[in-house]
Amino acid sequence: FVKRQLDDETLEELEDELIAADLGPAVAGRIIEQFREKSFGEHITPEEIRQTLAAEISRVLEPVAQPFELDDSRKPHVVLVVGVNGVGKTTTIGKIAHQYHHQGRSVMMVAGDTFRAAAVEQLQIWGERTGSPVIAGKPRGDAAGLAYDGLKRATEEKADLLLVDTAGRLHNRQALMDELAKIIRVMQKFDPSAPHSVLLVLDATTGQNAIEQVRAFRELVNVSGLVVTKLDGSARGGIVVALAEQFRLPVHLVGVGEQAEDLRPFSAEDYARGLVGDAKAE
Amino acid sequence: MFEQLSGRMSKVFEGLSRGERLSEGDVTEAMREVRLAMLEADVALPVVRSFVSKVKERAVGGEVLDGVSPGQAVAKIVNDALIEALGGAGAVPLNLSAPAPVPYLLVGLQGAGKTTTAGKLALRLASRERKKVLLASLDVQRPAAQLQLQQIAEQVGGRTNGLVTSLPIEQGQGPVEIARRALDTGRREGFDIVILDTAGRLAIDEALMDEVRQVRDVAKPVETLLVVDAMTGQDAVNTAQSFKDQIGLTGVIMSRMDGDARGGAALSMKAVTGEPIKFTGSGEKMEALEEFHPERVAGRILGL
Ligand SMILES: Nc1nc2c(ncn2[C@@H]2O[C@H](COP(=O)(O)OP(=O)(O)OP(=O)(O)O)[C@@H](O)[C@H]2O)c(=O)[nH]1
Ligand SMILES: Nc1nc2c(ncn2[C@@H]2O[C@H](COP(=O)(O)OP(=O)(O)OP(=O)(O)O)[C@@H](O)[C@H]2O)c(=O)[nH]1
Ligand SMILES: [K+]
Ligand SMILES: [Mg+2]
Ligand SMILES: [Mg+2]
Repeated sequence: FVKRQLDDETLEELEDELIAADLGPAVAGRIIEQFREKSFGEHITPEEIRQTLAAEISRVLEPVAQPFELDDSRKPHVVLVVGVNGVGKTTTIGKIAHQYHHQGRSVMMVAGDTFRAAAVEQLQIWGERTGSPVIAGKPRGDAAGLAYDGLKRATEEKADLLLVDTAGRLHNRQALMDELAKIIRVMQKFDPSAPHSVLLVLDATTGQNAIEQVRAFRELVNVSGLVVTKLDGSARGGIVVALAEQFRLPVHLVGVGEQAEDLRPFSAEDYARGLVGDAKAE
Repeated sequence: MFEQLSGRMSKVFEGLSRGERLSEGDVTEAMREVRLAMLEADVALPVVRSFVSKVKERAVGGEVLDGVSPGQAVAKIVNDALIEALGGAGAVPLNLSAPAPVPYLLVGLQGAGKTTTAGKLALRLASRERKKVLLASLDVQRPAAQLQLQQIAEQVGGRTNGLVTSLPIEQGQGPVEIARRALDTGRREGFDIVILDTAGRLAIDEALMDEVRQVRDVAKPVETLLVVDAMTGQDAVNTAQSFKDQIGLTGVIMSRMDGDARGGAALSMKAVTGEPIKFTGSGEKMEALEEFHPERVAGRILGL
């Protein structure tokens, strides 16, 4: 390797790479500044530059890298899955169901998106694929009532895990956000401790708006953790670094494809390496 | 209207007086604010760079005039250039000038809003242009995707005296076969337009990109529309470039403009594809489709 001095030009290139990975101009600038203080003027290889920068980012992500864990004292552990439209909520539910079914756990699901065309049928196919019963109601029916029924049934049947799907909703639509709060309120009439997890699903292709999404969902429903989908694409999901700095919410899982197996625990190190992967540091 | 940005830039130009010319140094500094505003709005970095350098050229040497602060003057140059870069005034309509049935192809990443947009386009064409529209889902990937489009078609059909219907679902057929069947049906049953909805795909998925190329070769679409989420970040340029290079595009539709994303992806899309942004989606309802208005989106990108 040719060693290169870590100079202003190199740092600017790295900063641009981070911006292009969606960290946002402010966070990218801050990370490069910290990096500069540590390593400026050193003669290091492009590979070393990449590694050191990845380590820097990994340190930001490490505290939020927390695996998703089932609480065995709950029967069922109720997971409410929320997020804006099309991010991958239903698919993620299918993947989680697959994972736990595989581990011999009993999983049930609630088709809480009673709004979008064929949303129920979509989840029902995931139910068949993963051998998990799906509780569904009438089209356009009340999602909160359905969630209540689902929780009651899953409790009677002593399920380990109940996954509640919800319709996609933009965080700036108050009426839809209120509906989400209602789903929680109604479930709590049956079990005041439910839901035990609220997963907010984010799409890795999303840019700076993800910050507003987290802010709004967190304000209204007690988001317990994040899932980042579509990391198998060319988008690198750098907004997660900004989210980690700002909200410190656990990031549990990442989606890396459309199939049942395409779900991974969030690893700070892998994620950071993915972010600086193509850094043009030569 | 440009207060925020011009305010930020005015600080840079403080101390200049009437008759003086804007120096390159001052303009460069003012453009830092523009660069930041655009990056925060998710305009892709290479697009920001070339936009900023173009605007700089226009602004340098401008004379400070009475009654207009240099900040305001430069903000106006930025805003005008942005509107121009987004396609200028006036929406570009769908191309309808081809022998019926006119094929349209919708493509894009997973979850971008293609299937919903297919329904919205059908409603628009049926209710405004009295067109008979056939909707066909070529999505054999996503669970219940064909059913989703069928239910959408039923809903839109009910509102348009049956002008919109969907191609009957036949299990076991691949996308190319379905496309052929859709066009045959379109011809036989006197449809004006056939809208082909495709499965979401990643631009880097070679097998699926190859498949949609085959569909294109069979269907010879008059419009190939890339549906893009308004919340898309920096990767918009890669998506736009790959779909353009591998399939060829005639236009872009930005979905989810009803959110609060600044929508910088619109500029990235236009810059990379060179094709017009034809519509914006503004909700989940079938009527939530609007003609693209560059002025509004320009203001939004600049955070005005
Ligand atoms: N490539 C890729 N595609 C994904 C991933 N997760 C989900 N998808 C796809 O993204 C699209 C949308 O996924 P859904 O699960 O329907 O998303 P949703 O959030 O439930 O959507 P709505 O209910 O309409 O708001 C589908 O085509 C999925 O197959 C992922 O990790 N990678
Ligand atoms: N708020 C809002 N939601 C939209 C808009 N367009 C589509 N959606 C929603 O986004 C989600 C995904 O839309 P689809 O039409 O299924 O997206 P798609 O591109 O066909 O998805 P795949 O086929 O899985 O790739 C659904 O929940 C839609 O209702 C829009 O303009 N605004
Ligand atoms: K990726
Ligand atoms: Mg869903
Ligand atoms: Mg679709």
